[in-house]
Amino acid sequence: MSTVAETQIKLTPEHDARPGASVRSRLQDLLPKIVLAPSFAATIVFVYGFILWTIYLSFTNSKTFPSYAITGPRAYQRLWRWTFESDPPSSWYTSITNMGIFGFLYIAICLALGLFVAILLDQKIRGEGVLRPIYLYPMALSFIVTGVAWKWFLDPGLGLEQTLHQWGWTSFHFDWIKNKDFVIYTVVIAGVWQASGFIMAMFLAGLRGIDGEIMKAAQIDGASTFQLYRRIVIPLLRPVFLSAFIVLAHLAIKSYDLVVALTSGGPGGSAWLPSNFMYEFTFKRNEMAVGSASAVIMLMTITAIIVPYLYSELREKSR
Amino acid sequence: MLHKLLIGTALATSFAFSAHAADVKEVQMLHWWTSGGEAAALNVLKQDLAKEGYAWKDVPVAGGGGDAAMTALKAMVAAGNYPTASQMLGYTVLDYAAAGVMGDLTETAKKEGWDKSVPAALQKFSVYDGKWVAAPVNVHSVNWLWINKAVMDKIGGTEPKTFDDFVALLDKAKAAGVIPLALGGQNWQEATMFDSVVLSTGGPEFYKKAMNDLDEDSLKSDTMKKSFDNLAKLVTYVDPNFSGRDWNLATAMVIKGDALVQVMGDWAKGEFHAANKTPGTDFLCYRFPGTDGSVVYNSDMFGMFNVPDDRKAAQVALATATLSKSFQSAFNVVKGSVPARTDVPDTDFDACGKKGIADLKKANEGGTLFGSLAQGYGAPPAVANAYKDVVSKFVHGQIKTSDEAVTELVKAIDDAK
Repeated sequence: MSTVAETQIKLTPEHDARPGASVRSRLQDLLPKIVLAPSFAATIVFVYGFILWTIYLSFTNSKTFPSYAITGPRAYQRLWRWTFESDPPSSWYTSITNMGIFGFLYIAICLALGLFVAILLDQKIRGEGVLRPIYLYPMALSFIVTGVAWKWFLDPGLGLEQTLHQWGWTSFHFDWIKNKDFVIYTVVIAGVWQASGFIMAMFLAGLRGIDGEIMKAAQIDGASTFQLYRRIVIPLLRPVFLSAFIVLAHLAIKSYDLVVALTSGGPGGSAWLPSNFMYEFTFKRNEMAVGSASAVIMLMTITAIIVPYLYSELREKSR
Repeated sequence: MLHKLLIGTALATSFAFSAHAADVKEVQMLHWWTSGGEAAALNVLKQDLAKEGYAWKDVPVAGGGGDAAMTALKAMVAAGNYPTASQMLGYTVLDYAAAGVMGDLTETAKKEGWDKSVPAALQKFSVYDGKWVAAPVNVHSVNWLWINKAVMDKIGGTEPKTFDDFVALLDKAKAAGVIPLALGGQNWQEATMFDSVVLSTGGPEFYKKAMNDLDEDSLKSDTMKKSFDNLAKLVTYVDPNFSGRDWNLATAMVIKGDALVQVMGDWAKGEFHAANKTPGTDFLCYRFPGTDGSVVYNSDMFGMFNVPDDRKAAQVALATATLSKSFQSAFNVVKGSVPARTDVPDTDFDACGKKGIADLKKANEGGTLFGSLAQGYGAPPAVANAYKDVVSKFVHGQIKTSDEAVTELVKAIDDAK
């Protein structure tokens, strides 16, 4: 009897404790998921959901408002045809060639300039604390402010050219912002001015992370300063190059406001980027299907850049 | 179409509206008339409504401007949250009416006699499927020349009656060292000027066929080529720094006497007024040479949405006040446009306004009142923008000859249809 009673006594508290503990531990397991769920759901709906929505719309005949009947890839066919209309240039042709010019120059110049300034600042100079924020500051401005400021500065009747004429250099001529063939380069200038300081900061952080011992060893071995940077420092900065490239690439592809503020589209629409094309067609021309198709093409372009990067990153980690 | 989307949100909105039992004494208005003169003009309407006990509530639009407002409107309508009315242009009204979200003001229209007083060409945009869906606020016309009188006197010019006269006048200004033609090199300004050039080159019949009916034979005709050549001729008289300039800066060049003339819609008059200039003594308004007797128009409209019953009374009050003779006169005197009904007395208007009113009446009766293609009253936005593209590319040199321009125009319009 007593043994039975004992076991019963032993059993009861265990029975009582178990559900309480399991609810708590289950709650503990669930808590991170519960907390993350809203943002996860929001991302699913507002990013991936709308990506699918846009892809869907690009195959419809949507004009002012979305229409839901699939009518085939007519929007893509039109874009494909426009891709090869170079004389006179179609708006889409202008947009994608501008993307090529702007993307290449913007990324290349920002990287080169950022690295150069970072190396100069890394020479343990006096007043670095003052200089660094000066270079970094443009990044704090919005593209609209950058665009408007440069628009005034580059305007031949208002800014640089006018000022130099007043100072007596009357043969000076710089009207790129008014020239259909050169206006895209003014977008590059303004873009580089804004972003290169930020890239400089990234490189500076990278430079500070390099082990001083390696540098000293190289110097003892008789490496010149140029060789030191060319053979040791720059190869060691490879991960920074990659991050900077990704940051710049996506900034380049999503540039919209800079073109609008700086050039309002340029003479005859000659400064358009694909994002301007997308907005124009979707919201101004009521050609939602074509706008969606161009957005899908932009997404695929970004994917083509980001996916190989993610792939190589993840592969390196799993090693 | 849109209905499906709306049904989803209908539940939420009807729940929200059921909270108001009695009539809502408020109009919710989406518009982009925020600059000095326009805002002052709209104040007249606010006061008229306040007298009847209706409060005025602006629907805020981030960023200002018509494009931002239209984007905001699209979002509001998609969410089932209709404003009482929205400032709208041309085909936008018809697009929304086709989507079934516009109200019906036919009863009010009958009572107020809008059918007779509003020009038939305007009713094409304010009446959909036999129902009044919008109240036109004004009629702008684009075939105007704005001339600085002091400069005109200095060069000894007279009113140009033909295109050749106009070129001769521009030559005179050039010889005198003044910028002959003030132009803002943005596509809508170039296309707005080209509207007038086409009307001047081809005459009213041709304009209607090419720019409103989009007749392909007219679009690729020699007359159209000649129009492009005439445009190219005009562009030789602008200053090298014109590209990208805003229209009001171009007007300012004429006001200051840096330039002789601007080809622009009658909203330019607002700028002259703001600078305290008087027509006849400081500046001159002529019809674009060769277009006298015809009016190429665009019009601001208040599109009336299908609001719940408790907000309909406010909507009717807004529509009635908008088309009342007193408001039409008071508003358009300030705005520079002319009343959207032809029976408003012109006593308060200046010389240019009086001419505008008379011209509109004549054009309405003579069948020479045409929608401006550049301003979106000749064809739907897709076509109008394709047209602006071609004109702008021609002005800035991407399209090199008038032959090429005509081919491109036909292709672009075909594509956009």
